Amino acid sequence: MSMTMTQKILAKHAGLDHVEAGQLIEAKLDVVMANDITGPMALPIFDKMADHVFDKDKVVLVPDHFTPNKDIKSAENSKAILDFTNKQCLTHRMEQGKCGVEHAILPEKGIVVAGECIIGADSHTCTYGALGAFSTGVGTTDIATGMATGELWFKVPSAIQFVLTGKPQKYVSGKDIILHIIDKIGVDGALYKSMEFVGEGIQYLTMDGRFTICNMAIEAGAKNGIFPVDEQTKAYIEKHSTKPYEVFEADEDAQYEEVVEIDLSQVRPTVAFPHLPGNGHTIDEIEAMDKIYIDQVVIGSCTNGRLSDLEKAAAILKGKKVADNVRVMVVPATQKIFLQCIQKGLAEIFVEAGCAFNTPSCGPCMGGHMGVMAKGEKCVSTTNRNFVGRMGDTEALIYLASPEVAAASAIAGYIANPEKVGEM
Amino acid sequence: MKIYKYGDNVDTDVIIPARYLNSFDAQELATHAMVDIDPDFAKTVEKGDIIVAGKNFGCGSSREHAPLCLKTAGVKCVIAENFARIFYRNSINIGFPIMECKEAAQKIEAGDEVTVDFTTGVITNKTKNETYQSQPFPEFLQKMIEVEGLVNYVNSKKTGVE
Repeated sequence: MSMTMTQKILAKHAGLDHVEAGQLIEAKLDVVMANDITGPMALPIFDKMADHVFDKDKVVLVPDHFTPNKDIKSAENSKAILDFTNKQCLTHRMEQGKCGVEHAILPEKGIVVAGECIIGADSHTCTYGALGAFSTGVGTTDIATGMATGELWFKVPSAIQFVLTGKPQKYVSGKDIILHIIDKIGVDGALYKSMEFVGEGIQYLTMDGRFTICNMAIEAGAKNGIFPVDEQTKAYIEKHSTKPYEVFEADEDAQYEEVVEIDLSQVRPTVAFPHLPGNGHTIDEIEAMDKIYIDQVVIGSCTNGRLSDLEKAAAILKGKKVADNVRVMVVPATQKIFLQCIQKGLAEIFVEAGCAFNTPSCGPCMGGHMGVMAKGEKCVSTTNRNFVGRMGDTEALIYLASPEVAAASAIAGYIANPEKVGEM
Repeated sequence: MKIYKYGDNVDTDVIIPARYLNSFDAQELATHAMVDIDPDFAKTVEKGDIIVAGKNFGCGSSREHAPLCLKTAGVKCVIAENFARIFYRNSINIGFPIMECKEAAQKIEAGDEVTVDFTTGVITNKTKNETYQSQPFPEFLQKMIEVEGLVNYVNSKKTGVE
């Protein structure tokens, strides 16, 4: 019986030769991750089940959401997970000022690799599918159970196969591709399913681009997103990790609920309008509308806060100034990326242009802090959700876009086409 | 009992906005339940009330605070056409009943008197004199619901008592 790539990884971790869609299994976990919102809530639940974590190498607690601690309650939450890390002698110590946003820091530190079964108490845990791992977001009780037992129940998902062909245009990157896909299939288009990306077009996608695409699989309702492991993946893993990894491939005759073909050469810079990530419009459609003037731009997050994202934004902002009445938050996703921005001169470009250059945090993405919006304000953001109230007031409007579109819009003062920055 | 009726894609950011997530105190969270979609909800909800919604209820974040705040606010169950997968897991894991039923999600209106039978999955609309059959849970999950969540399930497995 044939299996998808996801099913093969799950079968291996459940100790089974074969699994099929809909089957309930209990799978062994390679990494169990939580953050400063979900982690502290998991600790009293963990205490009901165990005294010690199942494996101190495999449990990681990352303070990133309300950090640097925005208030006393947040400080208590960060302290709770650091105390737990110390008490349990967890191998991967994550401390403020030394780590970053969870979904950027785990791959960067080589904690997650191909072939693994990973859970995180954060919906964007699906990011690590870019490495050829099965990785999915779960809740607090699930994560407490994972920390205690190293196992969790799963319903084996069916899959949609996305065949990517062609080479993306100059100003089109992972964000435009995933926004295009979610626009096409809807925010519940992959509900409960895997999104498996294949095709010759993958060779043109950087690892950062693949992280962005898998990161937003959840925004189509998917259980996970996953890319096959190619030379680029292997090079990334071997550069960042000393862990052994295993390469899984879907069977040639694997069954998919649907096959969707995407010609990457035809994808245009795409922006998701309020209030759903599936509400996509191409930059050409936007240029035909009345100008959408903006108040804020955010460039960062687990979706688009990696070095190549910031390099693309900096290339556009270099020598330019942020428009009047627009504030820009640039938020590198990890301390390493923050340092690289300084070393490579990006930090200077951002600050000279008039951007705030902030410490790594999830802050503005979920209206936590460091970029909360007022009633009626509009923001172009490289983050992942534009729900009502997501970044502040319920009447604030969020437009999701790539770093290129965000940077161009920062200069223009309205949602702008990065292809036309030369004319600004 | 009252019915609270909402549309498609009710997300976790409107169920419990992130600005309240510096706390995981269930009682405190319950006072902010649904605030960004229905500011009156937390003031008017009473024990036994039912939420009826469309597709993809609970989409977005993995925050377990979402089903927890609804459960603590007194909501008896959520009936929806379908649920986002993490919300679905979280609800089962904390013993909060959810029912997938397209017909009920479409036909039940605010003001209807509705009863639910979790064993049979039958939803009865007394006002319209109709019954709807929800999707039954797989046996494994029924077992988990019977022991009121994942923690008890894990502990019962550990001690060999089922």
